[in-house]
Amino acid sequence: MIPKAFKRSLWVFHVNSGSCNGCDIEIIAALTPRYDAERFGIKLVGSPRHADVIAFTGPVTNDMKDKVIRIIEQTPDPKVIVVVGSCGIGGGVFHESYHLAGPIDKLYPNAKYFYVPGCPPRPEAIIQAFAKAWEWLEELEVKK
Amino acid sequence: MNGGFFFWLVVKAIVITFIAIFFGLLYKGIDRKIVAHMQGRVGPPIRQPFLDVIKLMSKENIVPKHAVRWLFNAAPLICLASSVMLLLYVPWGGIDAILEGHGDLILILYLFAIPSIAMVAGGFASSSPFAAVGAQREVVTMISYELPLAVIIIGIAWKLSGIGGDVFSMAFITAHPIWENVGLLGLIGIVMLLLSMIIVAPGELAKIPFDVAEAETEIAEGLTVEYSGRNLAMFYMADGVKIFAFSALIIALFFPYGIASLLSLNGVIASIADFLFFLLKVFIVMLFSVTLIRAGVARLRITQVVTGYWVTITLIALIGLVLLMWDSHVGRWL
Repeated sequence: MIPKAFKRSLWVFHVNSGSCNGCDIEIIAALTPRYDAERFGIKLVGSPRHADVIAFTGPVTNDMKDKVIRIIEQTPDPKVIVVVGSCGIGGGVFHESYHLAGPIDKLYPNAKYFYVPGCPPRPEAIIQAFAKAWEWLEELEVKK
Repeated sequence: MNGGFFFWLVVKAIVITFIAIFFGLLYKGIDRKIVAHMQGRVGPPIRQPFLDVIKLMSKENIVPKHAVRWLFNAAPLICLASSVMLLLYVPWGGIDAILEGHGDLILILYLFAIPSIAMVAGGFASSSPFAAVGAQREVVTMISYELPLAVIIIGIAWKLSGIGGDVFSMAFITAHPIWENVGLLGLIGIVMLLLSMIIVAPGELAKIPFDVAEAETEIAEGLTVEYSGRNLAMFYMADGVKIFAFSALIIALFFPYGIASLLSLNGVIASIADFLFFLLKVFIVMLFSVTLIRAGVARLRITQVVTGYWVTITLIALIGLVLLMWDSHVGRWL
């Protein structure tokens, strides 16, 4: 019963860690009537305490470094991190810039990451990453 | 008042708790589905709130380091318990309330304030500035909608006092529908009272446009910002139960009619028919007082909430009250 609940109820907290706003718009596009992620129970929430998934967009800038780690630690377990866009994976167009603290998975390695490449990725790709996230959460609950 | 009475009271209260949470979540799901359809979306399945609650129950329950621990954990419990307690006093269609005769309309009004106060206490206890702002806003919203609500209740009770009897008891109010005791002026007055009651509902239930205390985009969910897991699930269920209870209160005050006597049914079938008709009425009241307003408008500012309730809605309710009085004193010569 519990794993099935995760499959159909996934609350997402969205963090902009230095993005150019392109990926943010695509995340919003996934919630519009055209894609309607809410029909799978995916919902944007306003607080990391409510979230199952944290969606990071953009590379992590030096200023955002400690905030990003704090947000991940504030989220209750079990949690999954979805990195939306090429910037969060390898820096994208900001690769090797002076103001970057590095990719999120280097800053906080003890979490489960899913990656959505693209600049920006399509909304379908973002929804598929969330689907992968709930499959993983489901397996986690089955193992328990 | 013997042992058997209390035993059955406890059994009924436990059964009511499950029924209340079930219907609360069911109506929450219907509400979300209708809003999605109005926005041109497919929307989540109707069982979505049940899945949300099950998921929240399986999540980690975090208490912030600087929070007042006992108050932080007690607030969701008090909120849910008092929401369920409301349904022990509000009549369920044809079926009398379980504690009928032990509490009246005034008690119900105070019980409606307790979930909000519990949320305020939880918000202040969670040591987050967002929650503190949300708690202050919740208190201000409460002060705003209590005045028109009191005017509505006074209007109905004053009109019914003409008949004589215990005007504040729910059994008396449901037995004497207010529409049958007034003339034309009074009818207009009751419609105005009903209108202001429908506008009070989203404020009481913290729904758009009056959900300033839980504004997720401005103050990060406000009151519930630090809550997670089991505690958040309790707030979530209390929200659904409160929608159900407030709709049941509007029905008891304004539409206490049953369907069984119309269809000349009797016995158990009559109770079942009345109960199903009651569920339909709850749906219709929820549709007009929560769902359509929620889908149609955006969130107000806190100052607009206060002026809206204190000036506009109170004025409408007061005019309704004055019309009801004229109906008694002037109406007989019209």
